[in-house]
Amino acid sequence: MIKNILQSNLVYSFVRDISAMTGALLLVIFIFCALFAHILAPMDPYELTTVELSNSLMAPAWMETGSLSFPLGTDDQGRGILSTIMFGLRTSLMVGFSVVVISSILGIIFGMLGGFYGGILDAFIMRTADTVFAFSTTLLAILLLGIFQSRNIWTVVFAICIAGWVKYARTIRGSVLEVKENAYITAAKASGAKDFRILFRHVLPNALPPVFVLMAVDLAVVIMLEATLSFLGVGVPITEPSLGMMISIGKNYIYAGMWWMVLFPGMTLILLVVAINLFSDWLRDEMNPRLALRS
Amino acid sequence: MVVLLAVSFICFLIFRFTGDPVLMLAGKYATQQEREQVRIAYGLDRPFYVQYAHFLGNALKGNFGKSYISQVDALDTILERFPATFELALTAIFISLSAGVLLGVVVSIKPKSLVSRLIMAGSLGGISIPTFLMGILWVMLFAVYLEWLPPFGRGDTVQIGPWRTGFLTLDGLKHIIMPALTLAGYQLAVILRLTRAGMREVLSEEYIKTAWSKGLSSFTVIVKHALRNVLIPVVTIAGLSFGELIAFSIVTESIFQWPGMGNLLLVSIFETDHPVIVTYIMMAAFIILAINILVDLLYAWLNPKIQYN
Repeated sequence: MIKNILQSNLVYSFVRDISAMTGALLLVIFIFCALFAHILAPMDPYELTTVELSNSLMAPAWMETGSLSFPLGTDDQGRGILSTIMFGLRTSLMVGFSVVVISSILGIIFGMLGGFYGGILDAFIMRTADTVFAFSTTLLAILLLGIFQSRNIWTVVFAICIAGWVKYARTIRGSVLEVKENAYITAAKASGAKDFRILFRHVLPNALPPVFVLMAVDLAVVIMLEATLSFLGVGVPITEPSLGMMISIGKNYIYAGMWWMVLFPGMTLILLVVAINLFSDWLRDEMNPRLALRS
Repeated sequence: MVVLLAVSFICFLIFRFTGDPVLMLAGKYATQQEREQVRIAYGLDRPFYVQYAHFLGNALKGNFGKSYISQVDALDTILERFPATFELALTAIFISLSAGVLLGVVVSIKPKSLVSRLIMAGSLGGISIPTFLMGILWVMLFAVYLEWLPPFGRGDTVQIGPWRTGFLTLDGLKHIIMPALTLAGYQLAVILRLTRAGMREVLSEEYIKTAWSKGLSSFTVIVKHALRNVLIPVVTIAGLSFGELIAFSIVTESIFQWPGMGNLLLVSIFETDHPVIVTYIMMAAFIILAINILVDLLYAWLNPKIQYN
């Protein structure tokens, strides 16, 4: 079994693609840091007993005013930047993965129903999707979160999902319409299979590949969106660590020359997004048979 | 129309059932009696469908109620901020369309040159760096480090009738550069990539080969024959992503303390100023729908193959 996997085309092309490997490696490092933040981080930035206000606004360790116990400096509350970044990555990745999974499931259900049954149901789902799409995910998420009175990680996930299922629904509907015409679907119908069985056993597996690519691309988009929302102050609450929030706090100190509060979380965010994009570029080329034929 | 109605209904429902506006209006320390007075004064004691009908009737007349905080008409508050946002968005659209198309053409004509590679690398950055971070990096570079441009605000403005413009003073123009670049950034990268993809496809078509072999100048072939056909989808997609533009204008205005509608929205969200938020949402919905219809018509006009019955 393992041998089969190792010899598959997918693994072969992955090992040969340096940028995909780099992206995946970076992503694994980020996920590792996020998962074990409570062990790896020099301190817990949200444990009030260890945070000292007297340590606030310290420069990175290699600068004159820096200290070795805070390698990348501290913020206005005396939280270590490195530690907060690790805990912030946890929020970013948690929101990112949850949104991608939930909104793809929602999108698959609505897209399949619309594409398979057609008619009024399809028209209604697609009109709703058009409207949501016209508003754009970002605007809708800002407005929804602006309306919610209490905010935590899950309201952020909920708001982005409401705004984000549309792309999946459109993609899956397109491939369902294509798959539906095949003879094996007619055969399944003729042999008396129930709609539910046809949808999940015959239609879905054949319509899935483009969804995987979309999920990979969407992960980067969602992580940027979460950072943007937290930066605006409508994302995760102040009591939770988040890269966007760190940048928003650091923004007030750039005029005082304290660049580390913005630049380190900013670079982490960019690296995370680039890593995901490198990986998803490879996945897109692999999963798109039309491109493979051309090259 | 149906969409606007649906949006208004959803807005209304959510506001009615999340949080208590009475608490907001009367303040935490109001007595029971004072709260009751507020409830009646704002019509919050009537059944919700009556409130909705009332809200809708007023909305049609352009009356969205008064801001809870400043007691000024919500629509007036927003319209007062409209010129600032409009000028910012207009400048950003201008930059992203002109620079995006120009660079896209350059890249497609000479795909292997160093300049093209640099441009493509830059566009990858434009997609991978979130707008808010890009804005802050601009500020750090041009305002804090080089001290060339002012970091926030709109600068000196001139009042012409109801319109307050920043285009007519040097100070105002200096203030708009960084916000406009920030807002244009993402769209510029997208338009560049679309133009490049479209140009590469069109340049290998038969009619372009014909145009070349006729001995036409390269300008005529590239601009008149190729670019024309590429621009239709580019303009369409730029128009359809108008919602994105509004969203990022909120982000940009927040970074640069730009006194526009987006900034007002954020402030209203923190103050739970419902009438202003609802008015903003309704207006955004109206603008987005109007642009969508306009793009549809423009598309049909540019491409006679498509006909609407």
